[in-house]
Amino acid sequence: MIAVLRDLFRYNGEFAIGCVIMAIILGLAVASFFSPYEPIDSYVVALDAPPSLEYIFGTNSRGQDIFWQLTFAIRNTLAFGFIVALISRILSLTIGLISGYVGGIVDRILMSINDTFIVIPLFPLLVLLYFVLRDDMTWFVLALVMAGLGWAYDARLIRSVMISLRTREFTNTSVFSGMSMPRIVTQEHLPYVLPIVFSTFMNNMNWSIGLEVTLAVLGFTDVDTPTVGGMIFWANQHSAMVSGVWWWYFFPTLFVTLTFIGLFLLAISMNEYIDPRSRLDRMGNS
Amino acid sequence: MRSYAIYVAKRILQFALVVFVGISITFLITHLTPIDPVEHAVAQVSTFGFSSPESIELLRQSLKELYGVGDNLWEEYLIFWRRLAMLDFGPSLSAFPTPVSELIGRAIPWTIGLLTVSTLLSWFIGNVLGGLAGYYSRNRILRVLGMIMMGLHPVPYYIVAFVLLIVFTFLLPILPSSGGYEMNLRTGWTPQFVGSVLMHSILPSLSLILVGVGSWFMGMRALVSNIVTDDYVTYAALAGVPDKKLVTSYVMRNAFLPQITGLAMSIGAIFNGAVITEQVFGYPGIGRLLVEAVHAADYSLVLGITSIAIIAVSAAVFIIDIIYPLIDPRVQVSQ
Repeated sequence: MIAVLRDLFRYNGEFAIGCVIMAIILGLAVASFFSPYEPIDSYVVALDAPPSLEYIFGTNSRGQDIFWQLTFAIRNTLAFGFIVALISRILSLTIGLISGYVGGIVDRILMSINDTFIVIPLFPLLVLLYFVLRDDMTWFVLALVMAGLGWAYDARLIRSVMISLRTREFTNTSVFSGMSMPRIVTQEHLPYVLPIVFSTFMNNMNWSIGLEVTLAVLGFTDVDTPTVGGMIFWANQHSAMVSGVWWWYFFPTLFVTLTFIGLFLLAISMNEYIDPRSRLDRMGNS
Repeated sequence: MRSYAIYVAKRILQFALVVFVGISITFLITHLTPIDPVEHAVAQVSTFGFSSPESIELLRQSLKELYGVGDNLWEEYLIFWRRLAMLDFGPSLSAFPTPVSELIGRAIPWTIGLLTVSTLLSWFIGNVLGGLAGYYSRNRILRVLGMIMMGLHPVPYYIVAFVLLIVFTFLLPILPSSGGYEMNLRTGWTPQFVGSVLMHSILPSLSLILVGVGSWFMGMRALVSNIVTDDYVTYAALAGVPDKKLVTSYVMRNAFLPQITGLAMSIGAIFNGAVITEQVFGYPGIGRLLVEAVHAADYSLVLGITSIAIIAVSAAVFIIDIIYPLIDPRVQVSQ
């Protein structure tokens, strides 16, 4: 495992850059535990101070230090993406494995449901949900709903991998040597599927964070929990662009963009790890 | 021909399933609410005191049917479908007493226009450039382009739209910042009006294209770099098929096919992006109407837009699915 990571780091530029970016982002998130202020405190520092040595990212019109505010926001945003990705991975792995393995009528029914969830536009549904729940729409409810709606695309991917694995030679060998089905799936097939699960995990985090930022910017989430989208929402509420407080937009936007790029780079380098042809190609070149 | 008919029948079933599940989720969500939306809404309208008792009664009636505060959940569900089938969502609350369907009807051409143009453009540009990048994988310009695409792709619509807005209307004010056309123009097919609509659509569609193009580019590049190593391509190359012809008719043509399926699958996500893009640029489409309706607490309008959006998106996917076998003859046999 460690040797694999070391090789990835050495030969795969995308993986290395992605790791560095994510280390910075995680460092920021961890820093929130050492914040001198509570996340919801306002009017604790001078208003609208530009970035300086004292406030490296400046302060906003609500009297908050943007650096510390951002550490909380990144922590919450990452945690949100992580929960959505975790729950939806469980769903897509279960459905993908069953559908690919059992096949036949079960497969057809599951995939019809699957395609349905791929097609349905989620954004209006989430807006409607917020509209109905209003203050009951907490951070966790949103994460649950998004996990419940965001598994479909990857379930299809896992299913197609399972179908190809089922027809491989070694599966037949295992069957003839008397291994039980659950054991074949967990011991023989799961190692092939897991890298895909990891790669889709990153992509799913990106997807959910993107939707959360979008909803939060419009004010359609619980904006009192600091998230990156929530920070941009408050900047909009105080017309920060008009009053020239550009740093209020700039730092949240910069760091959320970095998060997206970091997660995305990790996801594609994982894909390359899955496809050994491109891995050999890369090692041969360097 | 018979196999095509079976294929179409299957697609129609899938289309019906999508609409059924989507609308049912919508119905369930609206019934989760702890407050009584009907009386809430009626109170909101009647506090302004400018409406006649008849129109209030009409409002209460349609809201009751839409939100179904009747006695039986099944009955409510059926009435909800009947309303939907007639596209009758009752009068809007925020623009009382204009019917919801009229408001949506006014907004929907803008969204369809914006989405059709930007989706087709980003699909085409992304695939052609991605195909070239996959074929000429050692070309330096295409490699740099690939890195730019990779950087742009994961960034959400909101941020791209916002950055474009700042750059082109604030730092470098050459494009209009909001609206679908200039305020004082008369709508019609005059060159002035059409020009104004085009000018106003540049930024929204550019932001949609910038985000959309990346995934097509990368998908196509991966597909092409796989196809290039196929035997039939090597054979054609050895047989002396000119390079240009090899790229277009041998490699890219085949790689385009899975990308059409990809287009059908991504329509929903593209629609999500359009909602936020319209909001940022104040574009008079369905996305902005939705956000405004939420802020104005307009129940019927929010419900109407959600239902219409689900039907419209699944219809778009259905159309792509129907066209697909006409382009790829293999589907008829295998399906």
